[in-house]
Amino acid sequence: MTYARRAWIVLWKDLLVERRSKETLNALVFFSLLLLFVFQFTLGPDRERLTAVLPGLLWLGFVLAGLVGLGRTFLLERENDCWEGLLLAPGDKSAIYVGKLAANLVLMGLVEALVLALFTVFFNVDLGPALGGLVPVLALGTLGLAAAGTLFAAMTAHVRARELLFPVLLLPAQVPVLLGTVKATEALLAGAPLGTVGHWLQLLAAADAVYLVVGVLTFEFLLEG
Amino acid sequence: MLTQTLGWIAAVAVIAGVAVALGVAPREATQGNVQRIMYLHVPSVWVAYLAFVVTAVASAVYLRNRAAATDRLAHATTEVGVLFLGVNIATGSIWGKPTWGTWWAWDARLTSVSIVFILFLGALLLRRATEDPERAARSAAVLAIFGALNIYLVHQSVNWWRTLHQPPSLLKAGPAAMPGAILAPLLINFLALGLLAAYFVTRRVRVLAAEAEALA
Repeated sequence: MTYARRAWIVLWKDLLVERRSKETLNALVFFSLLLLFVFQFTLGPDRERLTAVLPGLLWLGFVLAGLVGLGRTFLLERENDCWEGLLLAPGDKSAIYVGKLAANLVLMGLVEALVLALFTVFFNVDLGPALGGLVPVLALGTLGLAAAGTLFAAMTAHVRARELLFPVLLLPAQVPVLLGTVKATEALLAGAPLGTVGHWLQLLAAADAVYLVVGVLTFEFLLEG
Repeated sequence: MLTQTLGWIAAVAVIAGVAVALGVAPREATQGNVQRIMYLHVPSVWVAYLAFVVTAVASAVYLRNRAAATDRLAHATTEVGVLFLGVNIATGSIWGKPTWGTWWAWDARLTSVSIVFILFLGALLLRRATEDPERAARSAAVLAIFGALNIYLVHQSVNWWRTLHQPPSLLKAGPAAMPGAILAPLLINFLALGLLAAYFVTRRVRVLAAEAEALA
């Protein structure tokens, strides 16, 4: 069985479980919707203030949803005693990491698309003109968040206070991704062309590469019993 | 025995460092005596980052050889690195009050250094929270490698985000920006704190070994 096929099986398994239970996605959608209320309550109806902080809010929403969603990456395996199943999977263990990461990317992508749509509706912002530039920023930022998040989820899977420790470890590690995405989004929403945020995109791409390489190389050490 | 000797050498070096910083080094023209805190502030961050380099290398080696001694070195250097980075942040804050007029500013290097501080503090938290000591060692090793590789990205991103701190004076190209009368005490203190850190690490490694033995 090839590497890609083994990763695909993990991805397919996770998506199938999610499609049937809808456990994580339902909760995440609901959570994102509630975030919009919280943002509205704390900021009030002032349009100008809202436009100024919109990029930050947007990524705050993605990151909070990510913290909730990514932390559950290995929950099924742990609760149902399937951890040994992962351990017994033949071949390079990093294929499991890649599969889990891909599943998280699908989940995060869905949530982000929804949050973007909700933002345009509830906050009456027009993302249309900036959307072409936003897509690469979103893609690079989500990949960085999910690559680190998947690794950290494996790291904290066997920890007593994992719901607490997972965000505590992941948030400081995500500073480059958070700054890069927020700054780039800010510039793009202000109407700047994609070229002006090139250095941020490079930084995000570098962060993605580092996180992915560390994840692929070290995942097997976190998996073993 | 060897550890004790190292301890005494470190003690002498630290006393010499303090004497040089307070007595020999000249009074800075604009900042006055406040500037002398630099002799503790700057070397402590060098020592801390050096300790984290050792942590990252030891962590990578541990994942290969799985020797408990390697993990104890990684553990001890993380603790000592966090300690010295804490000293760096605290002295920087004390220096900032009279010089910048504020205890804390969201300046680039202040921010990035504190993020690195939190990252490695997290590795210690993770060790504590993981019940199985062997798993704790592996998880902390992965986190330390991740953290060490992340340092550059954190610094770069925070730099672009904001800058107020004076740029590094010593490690830049071109003619030396620092006169010898200041540079020499700085290097003496770097040596003293380095010896002190090495002493702490050897001590901590022995305590960790004794702890493991007692629990076994």
